[in-house]
This record gives sequence, C-alpha cells and structure tokens, in this order.
Amino acid sequence: MSSMKISKDPYNIIITGVGGQGNVLASRILANMFVENNFFVTIGESFGASQRGGSVMSHLRISKESCYSPQIPKGLADIIVSLEPIEAIRVLLDYGNSDIKVLSNSRPVRPPGVIAGDMNYPSLDEIKISLKELSSDVWIIDATEKAVEMGNPILGNIIMLGALAGVSDLPLYKDDFQKVMSRNISSDKIDINLQAYDLGSDMVNQ
Amino acid sequence: MSFLMDNTEKARYLLLGNEAIARGALEAGVNVASGYPGTPSSEIIESLSKIAKDANIYVEWSTNEKVAMEVAAAASFAGLRSMCVMKQNGVNVGSDFLLHLAGSGTRGGMVIVPCEDPGALSSVNEGESRYFAKLFEIPLLEPGDFQEVKDMTKWAFELSEKINNFVMLRSVTRFSHASGNVTYGDIIKRDINAQFKYDGFILDPMEGLPISAPVEYKHSEQQKKLKQAAEIFEKSPFNTYTGVKKPELLVITSSACNLYCKEAIQLLGAEDKVGLLKLGTTWPLPQGLLKTHLSETKKVLIVEEVLPFMEENIKVVALEMAGEIGNKIFYGKNDNTLPKVGELNPDIVTQALSKILNLKYEQRSDEYIKKAQNIVLTKAPHRELTFCPGCPHRSSYWSIHNALKLDGRKGFVCGDIGCYSLAFLPCGFSTLKTLHSMGSGTGLASGFGKLKQFGFAQSVLAVCGDSTFFHTAMPALVNAVHHKSDFTLIILDNSGTAMTGFQPHPGLKSNAMGEEVPSIDIAKICVAMGAKVRVQDPFDLENTQKQLLDLMEYKEGVKVMILRQICALSPEKKAKKKYEMSIDENKCIGENCGCNRLCTRIFRCPGLEWDAKANVARIDDVICRGCGVCADICPGKAINKKEAA
Repeated sequence: MSSMKISKDPYNIIITGVGGQGNVLASRILANMFVENNFFVTIGESFGASQRGGSVMSHLRISKESCYSPQIPKGLADIIVSLEPIEAIRVLLDYGNSDIKVLSNSRPVRPPGVIAGDMNYPSLDEIKISLKELSSDVWIIDATEKAVEMGNPILGNIIMLGALAGVSDLPLYKDDFQKVMSRNISSDKIDINLQAYDLGSDMVNQ
Repeated sequence: MSFLMDNTEKARYLLLGNEAIARGALEAGVNVASGYPGTPSSEIIESLSKIAKDANIYVEWSTNEKVAMEVAAAASFAGLRSMCVMKQNGVNVGSDFLLHLAGSGTRGGMVIVPCEDPGALSSVNEGESRYFAKLFEIPLLEPGDFQEVKDMTKWAFELSEKINNFVMLRSVTRFSHASGNVTYGDIIKRDINAQFKYDGFILDPMEGLPISAPVEYKHSEQQKKLKQAAEIFEKSPFNTYTGVKKPELLVITSSACNLYCKEAIQLLGAEDKVGLLKLGTTWPLPQGLLKTHLSETKKVLIVEEVLPFMEENIKVVALEMAGEIGNKIFYGKNDNTLPKVGELNPDIVTQALSKILNLKYEQRSDEYIKKAQNIVLTKAPHRELTFCPGCPHRSSYWSIHNALKLDGRKGFVCGDIGCYSLAFLPCGFSTLKTLHSMGSGTGLASGFGKLKQFGFAQSVLAVCGDSTFFHTAMPALVNAVHHKSDFTLIILDNSGTAMTGFQPHPGLKSNAMGEEVPSIDIAKICVAMGAKVRVQDPFDLENTQKQLLDLMEYKEGVKVMILRQICALSPEKKAKKKYEMSIDENKCIGENCGCNRLCTRIFRCPGLEWDAKANVARIDDVICRGCGVCADICPGKAINKKEAA
C-alpha cells in the first residue's frame, strides 16, 4: 500500500508560468490527483487578464484536515513548479523560504521588455545560481524541448507534473494521474500524456 | 454525463467556485439562467450551457446585463426559477431595472449573482455591488467557503420564493476562480408549468401586476419582505461562530475573508483570544445574533473586501444597542487597521490581528527577503501584459498608430473593455487614451467629435469589440450619427467574446447552447444607422492603414471601419499555423539597418526575439503562431513566411 501522507499539513504548492503555458490545466490535474486520495484541496488561480502574456500562478493547498484559503501566506510555499524559469525567481520573493524546493522548466518565455531589448534575460546558469541561493533544492529540466520532440510544446506541463512526482515525497501516483486525465481529455490523447508524465519522472531520476 | 449532473448520494468533487454556483442552481431546480460574460463570472453560464439540454434548462448569453436581468425576471414572473450572472459592474448596467424589480417583487425564485473582483485582478475597477443590495432593499448573501458557495446558491432560490423578491448572492474572484471540495445534495425535480398570471387582484403579488406602483404601497411591502428576511437570517446556519465564549477580540467577517481570518488565527495560535463570527447573510444584518456576540467582548475587528460595508452597518447596530451592550472599540477599514483598496489575504489579516493583540509573527528572516529582493531586481525582468502572439489587435493597433502619426493632428483612441483595452500599454503602441466602461469609447468619441466650435482640432478614433458593439456601443453610435459627430469607430471584430473565453454574441451563428440562431450583421447595422462603413482584414497592414487614413479625412459624420480577423486563441486558429516564419540572417543586419529594430523594439510580438550578441532578430518557434504579419513589417525583407504544410 502506497503512503498517503504528506510531510506537512497543509502542504503548499505553487505552479507558476506565463499565460498560455497550461498552468491552469496542470494545477487542476495535480489537485484532482490529491482528491483521488481524499485530501482537502484548495486551488487559488490568477487567470483572465493575466492570460495575456502575463505571469500566472496557481496556489494549491493540500490538507488531510480542512479547507485552506486560496492564497498561500507569504513565505510559506513548500515547492514551486515553474513552467518558465524567471517566474520561479519572481514567486520566491513573495512565497519562498530557505527550505523551499524548486522544480523549473528551462525554456524562457521572454517578456516584452526583453524582446524590445530594454531588459536582459538572465542566462540559465545565472538562473540556477539565483534559485539555489533562495531554496534548499533546485531541479531544472528541458521540459519544453522534450515536449517539442514529442510533437507538441504544450505537453511541457505534463512533463513537469511527472517530474514533480519524481522529485517530491508527495503521494503522487501514475494510476491517479491516468484516472484524472481520462476524465479530462479525449481518449486518443491519453497515451501521449502518459508518456509525457513518465518522461518527466525519468528526467529527474536519472 | 457531466460531473455537474451527478446525482449519486453525497458525491464529492473538486469544483471551481463558479461550478459550485452552477451546481447549487441545478440542485434548486433552476429553469432559466442568463448573463453577460465577464471575469470572474463567465464559467457559471458556460457550465450550465453545456448541460442545458440534459438538465432541461434554458441558458443564454444575453446582449448585456440589463437584458439578462429582464430575461431572468420574465422566467420568475412565469413562476420559474431563474438566475442572472455577471461581473461586479454588470449590476451597474442593469441597476435601473433592478430598482424597479425590487419594487414589483418576483414570483419564482430569482437570484442575481455578481462575481466581484477585489484587487481588480481582471478588471479596471474594484467596484462593489453590496451597496446595491442596501439601495434596492433586497437580501444579500455572501458564502464563506466552497461548500457554502454551492449550498447558499441553492438556498437563495428558496429565500427568494419565501419573500417574493430577488436575492443577491455575491461571489468574489477567490471563490469564482478558485477550487475547493464540495459535497453534492440532491437535484430536485420541480413540476414546471410556466404561466404569467395577471388576472387576479391588481395588488396580488402572485396574480396581479408585477409593477412597482403604487409606489408607496409597494415600497412598504418590499420593506416588510426585507424584515422577514432579517428574521430568517437570525437563525441561518450560514452565520457561524467559532471560538471561546468571551473572546478578547471578536472578528466579524464574510466571503473569502472568512478563510483568511481562519488561517490568520491559526498562524498566530490565537484560538483562545479570538472569536470568529462569519456572516453569510450580510444585508439585512442579523441584529439579534450580533447583539449576542457583541455583548461578550470589548474589541471588534471587521474583515471584509473592499469597502467598509459591513463595518459601517454593524456600527449603526452597535450604536443603537449601546445602552444594553456597552461601547465597543472597533477596528477595520475606517481606522486604517485594514486597507480600503485591493484584496485582502491571510498575511494582511495576520498583521492586523498581531497588531491588535500584540502578538509576534515572523514568516521568514529579513535577510531572506532582502536577498530575494536583490535577485528579483536583477534576474527577473518585469513581465508586462501584451497581446498574444498572432493577435489581430497588435496588427490593428499598428495600423491605427501609423495612421494617427501620418494624420498628424495629435489624434487618439477612445477605448473600452476587452483584450484591446491593453492598447494603453506599449503592446498597442500606447494609442489608447481613455478606458472606462463597456461601449464608453464610442460615447466619449461622440462627445469629442462635437467640440470643434471650441477650437478642438484633434482627430478622434474609438475602438470597440464585436461583443461590446452589441452590449452598449450601439446606442452611443446612434447618438453620434444622429448628432453628426466627427470621428471614426474601429470595430475590432475577432468573432467572439474573446477575453472571457469565446462566448457567443448576436453577431454569431450559434448561441450558448450550441443551437443555430440568426446572426446579426454589424456592418449592415452601421450602414442602416447612416455611418460610412469599410470592412478590412487587419493582417493586410498596407490596405488597413490606407483605408483608415481615407476615412479619417472625411470631415463630417461618423465613419466605421470593421477590422475582421479571428482571435489567435480561437480553437480554429490554435489548431494550425498558417505560415512557418523564418529570419534570413543574411538580410537582417540588426542595429545597422536603420529600421531601428521595428520588429522587436516596436512591434514586439512575443513570437519574435532579439539576439543582441549576434545582432539579429529571431523567431521563437514554440511561441510564434504563424500569422505572417511581421514579414510585412520588416523593411529589409529579412522575415520570410512560407505556407505551413
């Protein structure tokens, strides 16, 4: 029997990225994987205006005890899953702490000011160093590149979920992922999503 | 079967607050649901429209909120249960009707649901409709967690039928666009036989005339109903108290703030000092319940969003009872314990509690915060909002911007509400200079266009979207044509209510429930009104600019330019790129070109990137949607487009 425990209650997860990267879907799939195991889950989301190329963030509060607020108190996130690397840095300012874990995609989505040449986008090395300074563990994976190889960059968010299952001690199981996905997407897309999930787990377990 | 229709006993789902509202309405046996799209409310009608046939309900996206309210009220007059949904400012749009409806009363249960946006996460206001409940003298309900969002929606219909008046249920972004666990109740089956009765005694609420006259009589009846609601509220299970009997501090809260308060008390470990009175019925106030709890304490903190609505109303109650309960010390918005702007969160409430109770709370070290601030400053460049890659608005505004420059009369654009509002930012080349309510760009332009006699010599443009055109731009356009105002209205027609998720509008061939309906031609309407009309594809930059300049040259009367191109996020456009884009690195000479990096510095489509080291522009293949427009912008012909396979 797999363990259904969480190391902290509530356990606070932030999924961040840029509007259009599949942040909302990723957070709902993840949340429903916990619901499968009878956790209370609250998701707080920012979408709407922020969909238009802005920074987006979903707060997940996982608990065996009760329903928590859709906003995580400052400094109290336990893990950040970031679909875009500088968004992970941004989230740490408000919600980070020295024990936090960070799992990030390596692929930049450049802000308009960077495209215009008014601002610099840091190198991946600089990003790694910055994240390490503000957290206890950092994993950066080439989720978008792998997703493109699989045929669709949008699979990046599923690869990241698989990677989350790989790096964290959270009770996340592939059976639950499959169950949740089969309720949310058409059956012809299940296989490719399962492959993406497995690939994500493999990428952090090598 | 949709999860929203599951009728197995005590089924439990993780629901978006908006889905919980939809489920509550289904459990109440709602027959008619109407609304106008607006964040954060849109998923309620969307959820219901998907199951309309299975649930035997009628669902519509109405032309605007006022019409939506009238559609819902008609159902109520015919004895059906109805719900009307909108974002906060939608109540403003329909308030004239609601004022009269409150006087006439309703028959079948009718609930209006404003979903509000404290902190304006997806709005250009953080307006409140709670004050309307007081103004209309109708009951106001505010759920305090996800289960209550569902349960109170269901109860709202019953309450409405008990008092024969409509009820307002207020949600906020942190419920509507958040998700939590909800346990289902039964979907009740009601016998339906819709009939509008008017043959009874004229003043009979169920069979007379549902009108607000004779005004004084109907007004006094309305106030009796409100009193009846207040009596029901005294025993409502949605008003709860948690904590010790005589707390050092009584916190009174409502809505999402309930969850912030619970968390703040827990973070401070202040359970033995603080009592939490959560009110689900916030107008009229349950005075007896307040008296019970106010009697047990000296200090009271009121936590709510955004304005001190409860705070001021509770203070009046407390003052009237002061002889019996003694004087209290109040904390809240008026004494600046809590901010009067923006949304609250667990931290703001924690700080307020720690200040009042003199308790220490440190979330993390100052050193960590300082380090994070420095890193963010240098390593996390600000992400300004922008139009999506391949968005037709970027192209439209490019032509508008160029036309205004060539026109040379210090012209400007009056805007309104939609994705295209963002044009006050660099993504729309900062052409948009006014931004207020739906349709207000056209109304303002109508006014600007009549100022010539006072020396006004600037050229005036207005923009509105296709859905907004029907919502409120049409009356402003009629006004403008009739008064021979001089301006050009640009209708940014992207074939749907794009910002809120492609809800249909009267210009389209199918409705909310997917049925085929007659579409209403925007161009023909404008022609019929007497405007000079042109229709153009904004991706054709050259002709768009030419036609626009041409229209702007007509000195008198209203000109309309319809820029028609489907939204880049529409399922049709997302499915396939039209062009594969590439940069010819031999032709792009970057800073040495003299174009001043038109593509990346000015046009700034997220699908482009500027490689400063190599001194060359590039295409980001993952992000580019292949609209092909940037190829026409590059003066060096360095951007190639090839039909995608």
